[in-house]
Amino acid sequence: MRWLLLKDLQILRRSPLQAVLLVVYPVLIAVLVGFAISRGPEKPRVAFLNEVPADTRISVGGQQLPAAGVNERICSRVECVQVEDRDEATAKVESGEVLAAVILPADLVDQINSLSTLTPGTPKVEVLVNQEDPVKAQLVDERISTLLAQANLAIARRIATEGGNYLDLLIDGGKFTVAGQTFPILGLRASAQILEALEPALPAGPLRDSLRQVGSFAAQARDNLDIAGPLIERLAQPIEIEKEVVNGSSPPLEIFAIAVAATLTLAFVTVLLVAGSLALEREENAFPRLTRGLISPVALLAEKVLLGMAVGLAVTLLLLAGMQLFVPLEWGRIGLWLLAILAGGGALAAAGAALGAAAREVRAVSLLAFMVTLPIAFLSLIPSGAVGSGVFDLVEIVTAVFPFKPALQAMAAALDSAGPGIGGPLAHLAILIAAYGLIARLALRRFAAV
Amino acid sequence: MQARGLVKKYGDREALRGVDLAAEAGELVAIIGPNGAGKTTLLSILAGIVKPDGGELGVGDGAVGWVPQQAALYRRLTVEENLLLFARLEGHADPRAATEEMLELCRLGERRGEIVARLSGGNQQRINIAIGLLSRPTVLLLDEPSVGLDPRQRARLWEFVSGLAARGTAVVFSTHDIQEAERYGRRLLVLADGESLFDGPAEELREAVRSEAPESADRDFETAFVAYLQHRGH
Repeated sequence: MRWLLLKDLQILRRSPLQAVLLVVYPVLIAVLVGFAISRGPEKPRVAFLNEVPADTRISVGGQQLPAAGVNERICSRVECVQVEDRDEATAKVESGEVLAAVILPADLVDQINSLSTLTPGTPKVEVLVNQEDPVKAQLVDERISTLLAQANLAIARRIATEGGNYLDLLIDGGKFTVAGQTFPILGLRASAQILEALEPALPAGPLRDSLRQVGSFAAQARDNLDIAGPLIERLAQPIEIEKEVVNGSSPPLEIFAIAVAATLTLAFVTVLLVAGSLALEREENAFPRLTRGLISPVALLAEKVLLGMAVGLAVTLLLLAGMQLFVPLEWGRIGLWLLAILAGGGALAAAGAALGAAAREVRAVSLLAFMVTLPIAFLSLIPSGAVGSGVFDLVEIVTAVFPFKPALQAMAAALDSAGPGIGGPLAHLAILIAAYGLIARLALRRFAAV
Repeated sequence: MQARGLVKKYGDREALRGVDLAAEAGELVAIIGPNGAGKTTLLSILAGIVKPDGGELGVGDGAVGWVPQQAALYRRLTVEENLLLFARLEGHADPRAATEEMLELCRLGERRGEIVARLSGGNQQRINIAIGLLSRPTVLLLDEPSVGLDPRQRARLWEFVSGLAARGTAVVFSTHDIQEAERYGRRLLVLADGESLFDGPAEELREAVRSEAPESADRDFETAFVAYLQHRGH
């Protein structure tokens, strides 16, 4: 078997393009993924036109609120491209220079202020989008909706805070400034105390009874309005999110990205190499000669799987070493990495052997390997909830019968010290190695057909 | 090598119907017949690659070397690497010595370092045969060894094969070329549609052709042979 292994490595060495691809591919993937996870997502570019006069403020009860900082809030989450007028905004959206344009019209604050009058208006923010690309349009809709929800929340919080302050003034008293003049406000608490103090000074009779009733009302109002303050503040954000993880402890995003990159590399290198190498035995007409007593079909399959595991291991370790430039990895866990790579590589190599045994030519088998591996890899990355439950069940079944997903789970578990155990994925991979080994052995019978 | 009553079926189709074949040491036996006659199936059964559905096969003590119709070697390896690989797989005690011996035998010693893909079809076929000889077989099976070779390459090939037979190797080869079979085969086995029509020396086959297709007796042997097959219902 070792001589065949040596022969395959010699052939690999004689194919400079393949050998270079085997080295360049993982390095390229490592660099791309490294840049992607170390730089974080780019902010979308949005044209921003604020036509609201600078000195205009939202007012409550005749009082102007401090600026809510809507501009700053929006521009902290997107890359704002300031424009002079709506024509410029429209042109930038049409040309694709920006994803969308947000226009705050001049009467926006007036419309907001009208909400507390008898003739309320409808405050509107204009959003210009380019719908030529449905995917892009959906992305823009979601981004802008989120931004405006956050702006609404900021304004609501500001109003709630001011409302709470007025309530405090009503209960505890203080100073109230309007139109440049300051007025003292007694407050319900002090009013109740004064009335309580006055009551004994009055003679018994209807006047004293009435004073007692007024004092009692002031005390009740004070006590009950005390709880109104928190209620008003809660109105701004009535529902809070309390997140609790009940299933699956997902690894940090950068570790997951590295696991995906490593598994993709392992899958393509291993499946393509094993499938192609096995098909080559047939294309070169060597299979019947080899299996005429020189080597058994099972030993030949084992040699191909070993070849895939060895090359896959080398290339994946090279990729992980490249990733180290961007994200620090726990090299103390290298034992688990090796386990995950070898088990994943073994299962992927067995699947490659089954594919290689099913086709006659190297080119055909290479195409077949791509056609199988690529969609399965994409399907394996679909999270639950992203598609309907029926479709997801189907995706789960499909991805469970191909080694990519368990290999990815094993890799993620090996890379993430806080992640789930590696035992489950390893057991899954062991089953797949046996199953694909059997399929490959049965498929090899076609090789012998004259 | 002795084969008796070999039968092989692929589904409903009978590829071989009770075919007998014998080859003595140093004998050159040619299997001839049209396409689909069962030549490759017969050689594959003799080589042990395909199991027969009926009949008996005795090989004797020595190994059986098999040289498939299309060169079974690695085109991206050199001549020497191919021979060395198969010598190691054959379990030779000294694979390098066996490789040198075969390089000398197929007269490709000077081209040992060349990638096989860059060699001519004739030279590839010589390596193909040399690999078949690495097991030091007492019987060598050649499946249409001269296909695709030019006349000069064919002449060299048959000189090489005749030399093997002269050293005591029993050689069984298949061919489409009736003149090649007549020239190099000491005995000819005629197959058609899986059926054995004739087994004997070339002179006896000529006699059989003359008697069964007299109208073609004056023509060249190939034309007369085709007429003979037609007379026999093939």
